[in-house]
Amino acid sequence: MKTLAWISGVAVAGLIATAASAETVKIGVVLPFSGPNADLGHQIDKAFDLYIKLHAKDIAPHKIEIVKRDEGPPTGAQAKTVTTELITNDKVNLLAGYVFSPSAIAVAPVINQAKVPMVIANAGTAWITNLSPYYARLSFSMWHTAWPMGAYAHDKVGCKTAAVAYTDFPPGKDSTGAFQAGFEKAGGKVTLSVPMGSPVQVPDFTPFFQRIKDAKPDCMYVFIPSGAHATGVMKAYGELGMRQAGIKLIGPMDLVPDNKLQDMGDAAIGTIVMSHYAVDLANDANKAFVDAWHKEYGANSYPDFMSAQGWDTMHAIFDTIKKVNGKIEGEKFIAAMKGWSANGPRGHVMIDPETRDIVQDEHAMEVYRKADGKLGLKVVGTTPQVKDQCKVLKVGRCGS
Amino acid sequence: MPQIANIVVSILFDGLAYAMFLFIVSVGLSVTMGLMNFVNLAHGAFAMAGGFIVVSLTRSYGLDFISSLIFASVLIGFISVRFERRLYRQLYKATDLEQVLLTIGLAFMAIAAFTYFYGPIPKSVPLPDWLEGNINLGFRAFPAYRAFLIALGVVLIAILWYGFEMTNIGAKIRAAVDNRRMAESVGINVDRLFTMTFGIGSGLAALGGGLAIQLFGLTPYFAVLYLVLFLIVVAVGGLGSLKGTLLAALVIGIVDTGGKYLFPVAGNLFIYAITAMVLLIRPAGFYGRE
Repeated sequence: MKTLAWISGVAVAGLIATAASAETVKIGVVLPFSGPNADLGHQIDKAFDLYIKLHAKDIAPHKIEIVKRDEGPPTGAQAKTVTTELITNDKVNLLAGYVFSPSAIAVAPVINQAKVPMVIANAGTAWITNLSPYYARLSFSMWHTAWPMGAYAHDKVGCKTAAVAYTDFPPGKDSTGAFQAGFEKAGGKVTLSVPMGSPVQVPDFTPFFQRIKDAKPDCMYVFIPSGAHATGVMKAYGELGMRQAGIKLIGPMDLVPDNKLQDMGDAAIGTIVMSHYAVDLANDANKAFVDAWHKEYGANSYPDFMSAQGWDTMHAIFDTIKKVNGKIEGEKFIAAMKGWSANGPRGHVMIDPETRDIVQDEHAMEVYRKADGKLGLKVVGTTPQVKDQCKVLKVGRCGS
Repeated sequence: MPQIANIVVSILFDGLAYAMFLFIVSVGLSVTMGLMNFVNLAHGAFAMAGGFIVVSLTRSYGLDFISSLIFASVLIGFISVRFERRLYRQLYKATDLEQVLLTIGLAFMAIAAFTYFYGPIPKSVPLPDWLEGNINLGFRAFPAYRAFLIALGVVLIAILWYGFEMTNIGAKIRAAVDNRRMAESVGINVDRLFTMTFGIGSGLAALGGGLAIQLFGLTPYFAVLYLVLFLIVVAVGGLGSLKGTLLAALVIGIVDTGGKYLFPVAGNLFIYAITAMVLLIRPAGFYGRE
């Protein structure tokens, strides 16, 4: 009764004001919708759409309008073009998405000039958030997974030596550098570092892996872009009999994406990845998320870590729209987003007020064969509430 | 010393397997380009389509891998002939640009269509047990699948060589590649000959597509992602030459594998360096005609 009185009081007092403050927030979504990496875009886009569908009413009287554009290949050029178009032609208030680091790097000057807030749903090169005060990142930095993996590989997996292999573009060097720093701090030694070509084409991994096999390290840390590469890595690893030769495969989650895991076969069993998400992760928010996903997209469609990031991205955007009451101004919006926290599919997540980067739990997960014959991931160790160590330690460009 | 021997064996073995894949896909492209001067950029799309047929047959119909490969090549061979009769035929006399536009357009349409039906996620195929794992030769173990690739490549080369060099049809093809008008004037039906070689070439591409699933994983983008590689093999080998295509596939396969193993920092440099070098010295490729 009291609430009703309050509402009617407000309504009477500010009829005109209320009508004027119902804003339509235009969000430009930039994700890869074409090309070999289109499924990455779809994994995030589906999460965006699902969140908006289920929560559109939460931000009433404000409305959301989504304009989707294709991010293109992982080179950044097309992302810059479409982002500029979204800002100048479509006049979007916010930008969200960005799977590839080169894209997030390339658009930084545009964002700085236009002062449009941009919420990154994937691109994980650590120093990206330093490029613009209008960036907030809801996904991860390469250091989130790679740094704790270093200590885990040495202390728990028992690797004294490791080889690193990476696709030769910024996040690859970032991830393997972070792993090396964490691993060597824990007392291990990286004996071999192998770049494996550009991210555009999936190479034949065999020559690279053969070289690592001949070097006989205890662990092999592999970084590849999410998407088409993972299946190839697992095939080459299995074919060369590297596990039998005593070389354990470790890396970030991109090695065993949930939606490709079932196709990987026995070669994948025993692989240990560090990640903030897996479909099987046990928490209430994740259970609700996966159920909603299946209901919307069918029982055979699964969300992956990118979908979880996408969900949290939209969640943070919606909460902040509420907080600023629909008025999107670059600095104020980002300021309002700082310190945002919630329980999402990944568990408890927060935006670090200092770096505008995510703080989240990281889980070491091992691939195993479940009782029903399918492959699954089980959590074998957790590092709680990890901050981006690159910025904590001020490594290289993270320090600027 | 045994370490170096081991490295050399690794590079030669993996390089040879890679070369066989390149040869199987590229040989059809080389012969069609040599015979008709027709630039078929949709060749990779036939390979990709073959791969997806193998995926469907093994996954949805439970057919074994080898039978699926054969079925896919034959089917794509016949389908490609339909394309040749209906579409390609119109543009034999047209300029290179028009041919390129038609065929690259077909490739993009194929990508869109296969993405619609199969989705963009990489596919894999279940292999029979004898192709999984390793073959141990005592001094070291070799991946069974790559050994199979090499063996299959050798058999195909033998068959193609016999067909090309020893049979009447082979002689006609060689004659038509050398001088089309002369061949026609002595009564060789070059059109029909071309349709046949086109079908066989596309069938081989489909076979290559099926074989590639285990190497790269298969997505609809296979149709254009590796096209440059196939064109390089064709250009370095010389248009229309079986020997040239084989030699080019071997050189590029082994040099690329060696480069990746020994100097991974150089990326794809070796492929392009060797292509530039060969074409500088022999602009028409190893066995091409000026």
